[in-house]
Amino acid sequence: MNRLEKLEAKSIYILREAYSEFKNLCMLWSIGKDSTVLLWLARKAFFGHVPFPLVHIDTSYKIPEMIEHRNKVAIDWGLDMIYGQNVKALENKETYPDGNITRIQCCKKLKTEALQKTLSGEGNRFRLNHETKKYEIDDNNEPYEGVILGIRSDEEGTRSKERYFSPRDENNNWDLGDQPPEFWDQFNTDFPLGTHVRIHPLLDWTELDIWEYIKKENIPVVSLYFDQGDGTRYRSLGCAPCTSPIKSNAKTVEAIIEELKTGKLSKIAERSGREQDKEDGGGLEELRKDGYM
Amino acid sequence: MIEQISNQRDKNDMNIVIVGHVDHGKSTIIGRMLVDTDSLPEGKLEQVRETCRRNSKPFEYAFLLDALKDEQSQGITIDNARCFFKTNKRRYIIIDSPGHIEFLKNMITGASRAEAALLVIDANEGIQENSLRHGYMLSMLGIKQVTVLINKMDLVNYDREVYKSIVNEYIKFLNKIDVMPKSFIPVSGMIGDNIASKSNKMEWYEGNTVLEELDDFKNEEMDDNKNFRMPVQGVYKFTRDGDKRRIVAGTVSTGNINVGDEVTFLPSGKKSRIKSIEGFNIAKKYNASAGQPVGFTLEEQIYIKRGEVMVSSKDDSSVVTSRFKANLFWLGNKPMNVGKKYLLKIGTTKVGVTLEKVVRVIDASSLKEQESNTIRKHMVAECIMRTDSAIAFDIATEILETGRFVIIDDYIISGGGLILEEIEDTQMWVRDKVLKRNSRWEKSMIGYEERIRQYNQVPTLIMISGNNSELRKSFAKELEKRLFMDEKIVYYIGISSVLYGIDADIKDISPSSDKEYMRRLAEVANILLDAGLILIVTAKDICNYDLNIIKTSINNHNLISVWIGDNICTDLNPTIKIDEKSIEDGLTDIVSMIYEDKL
Repeated sequence: MNRLEKLEAKSIYILREAYSEFKNLCMLWSIGKDSTVLLWLARKAFFGHVPFPLVHIDTSYKIPEMIEHRNKVAIDWGLDMIYGQNVKALENKETYPDGNITRIQCCKKLKTEALQKTLSGEGNRFRLNHETKKYEIDDNNEPYEGVILGIRSDEEGTRSKERYFSPRDENNNWDLGDQPPEFWDQFNTDFPLGTHVRIHPLLDWTELDIWEYIKKENIPVVSLYFDQGDGTRYRSLGCAPCTSPIKSNAKTVEAIIEELKTGKLSKIAERSGREQDKEDGGGLEELRKDGYM
Repeated sequence: MIEQISNQRDKNDMNIVIVGHVDHGKSTIIGRMLVDTDSLPEGKLEQVRETCRRNSKPFEYAFLLDALKDEQSQGITIDNARCFFKTNKRRYIIIDSPGHIEFLKNMITGASRAEAALLVIDANEGIQENSLRHGYMLSMLGIKQVTVLINKMDLVNYDREVYKSIVNEYIKFLNKIDVMPKSFIPVSGMIGDNIASKSNKMEWYEGNTVLEELDDFKNEEMDDNKNFRMPVQGVYKFTRDGDKRRIVAGTVSTGNINVGDEVTFLPSGKKSRIKSIEGFNIAKKYNASAGQPVGFTLEEQIYIKRGEVMVSSKDDSSVVTSRFKANLFWLGNKPMNVGKKYLLKIGTTKVGVTLEKVVRVIDASSLKEQESNTIRKHMVAECIMRTDSAIAFDIATEILETGRFVIIDDYIISGGGLILEEIEDTQMWVRDKVLKRNSRWEKSMIGYEERIRQYNQVPTLIMISGNNSELRKSFAKELEKRLFMDEKIVYYIGISSVLYGIDADIKDISPSSDKEYMRRLAEVANILLDAGLILIVTAKDICNYDLNIIKTSINNHNLISVWIGDNICTDLNPTIKIDEKSIEDGLTDIVSMIYEDKL
């Protein structure tokens, strides 16, 4: 087996373990390349089906193409699609684009808080009705016990500390210094009431692995990753006001792979276009302890 | 250089773990390798140097790794940090693991993801507790490629004698645990001696540099040559879009198997034949081999569950029992105690387990042995374990993948073990018969799930016991009637219905220590459950041993054990206990249990 096959096998194993061990399970889908690969791996693991809901945290500031892509794929693949939103913060204009709070505070409100409430069921979940093709408020507000997400350990420092199955306590806290051990493909899937477990099937993948797999499997990704003719493309996707494209002429998956391989980007951080990372040395770590992805 | 690698990287990535005692310089060596292979992000080195200057700290290569605030403040690695670098041959994923004894569980997590290990010993400080402990753990984790780096040679004036004495002392230790390292290298992470380039200060050393040695390690190959094993992860039936497939899914752990091969599921012993290999967005497959995630459809529909191990019917090398001897390491804060109940996970099986006996406890750093009834944190022990029901496994030296397990205590993985040998248990005489019966079982064309849908009920055995005969029987009959009125297909058998008929030949042979009559009752129950019935059985003073005979005989079928009466006068631990004054509530509870159990 080559590297991609080994990575794929490990991720599928983790997904199937998660599906067997958790009753209320969901997968976070940011519409970005990583979680799109994760979604594809779920279809691999479950023979074309995705037997749990996909959850998207919609800050309302996402680049419009992302939402279009989400809705199209959700309908084409018959996904159980749910989005969550911090409606109150948006109504009160407690956002960075409104000029009322910092970027980090904005992430905290529109992403971290929205995510926590969507997972716990305290906040409204908007679920896609495949007949009307519209989102409706979901009756089910049982908390999710298991949350699958597409973080990779090579993204930045904190993520390299993650386990495949990582428990969070009732306040979403991540006790970095005291994580349970994980070995021999056995994971911590038992947990006391009130806690939930984050599941990370892509931990061992790199940015290059992701693109090579997208190419190998011919996975549809949002067009923002490619140069549309103005000599720029997005390398990492987020909210429009805080995400900027990089200079690149890569118009195809092959060109992106070539770009990553030739090392033109190898010494620039993948998330260099994400402004919130720069605000404070430990900002991202603080956010992640609170539950940020 | 980078371009050259990228085209052949598929075959050539390798996970490496760096272990050793705290402060022996693991992070420094990694930092040095990152710098010397030009693998750092632009500006990172300058940035760290600048931070050091501002804080008036001398620059250390280790700081490059300490991405986390927590770590920098304490100056130690808490968890495994991963980083990447490349040589001309391949790309490495380096897992830096903590040397502090408190974080042994993190070291194990890191090391278990590696194909090879570098173990670092400080030349100046010599062999320390964790130099030994980590060596022992690497061998228990099954990491065969280990190179030992004698670090900080600059602090001992690059003295050959210092190096040699440490090497000799360490070899002596490793020999006792049957481990042989690939090589030893004298290095200095701080100065860069023998890391990426040959040191000119140690002319007496003629071996490889660390990078050369890494390139010499072999990538792990999946084991296709061993017997076929696949722990079942799930049996899927996704009906969306009219999908009719019933797929047995899992990852092949060893060996390979073909469409058309007959397979057996253990511990139940049920057999079927592979009809097809399923997958999404793959070319049609007729063969599955080690490491591959797969799904099978079967010719005959048999009822199997997650946790069973799929093996080739041609091969009878897999072991099924509920007792075995194992070598175990313990990581839990609370010690592991004889007689206490834990959870054991092996493959995809999760089962209750009791530590029956500790043969000996070994201190992983001194190798001192002692007798004890408890296994304390960071100790290794040879012990005897007993699972609640039989499991299928292999002896670790035969097939490692299905011969090792973890122990869960209080929700958390707290120990790991390798199975040394199987031990006969009290159910062997029943199980032998069941395995033979299941392998000869005439399979119907109607599957388990089909019957469930048709009858709208999950076959269930309700085993009612207690010492008041009237109460027991009246309860069973009332329960039968209620379920019958609800249009369930239900049947009641009292033990005496069996004793004078099926057991007529053995009834007067006493004492029947094996309880053959219980096995026969269970065989009758198994047939009726297979037919799709809800079955109610009453018998006096059922004990744990009786219940185990029943469990062994009815394999995966649902079982609810009930005790009626205020005091349980056997060692039975029933699913539900019903007091004499709450009979009505008891009936309602059991009926609702039957209703909750849907497919």
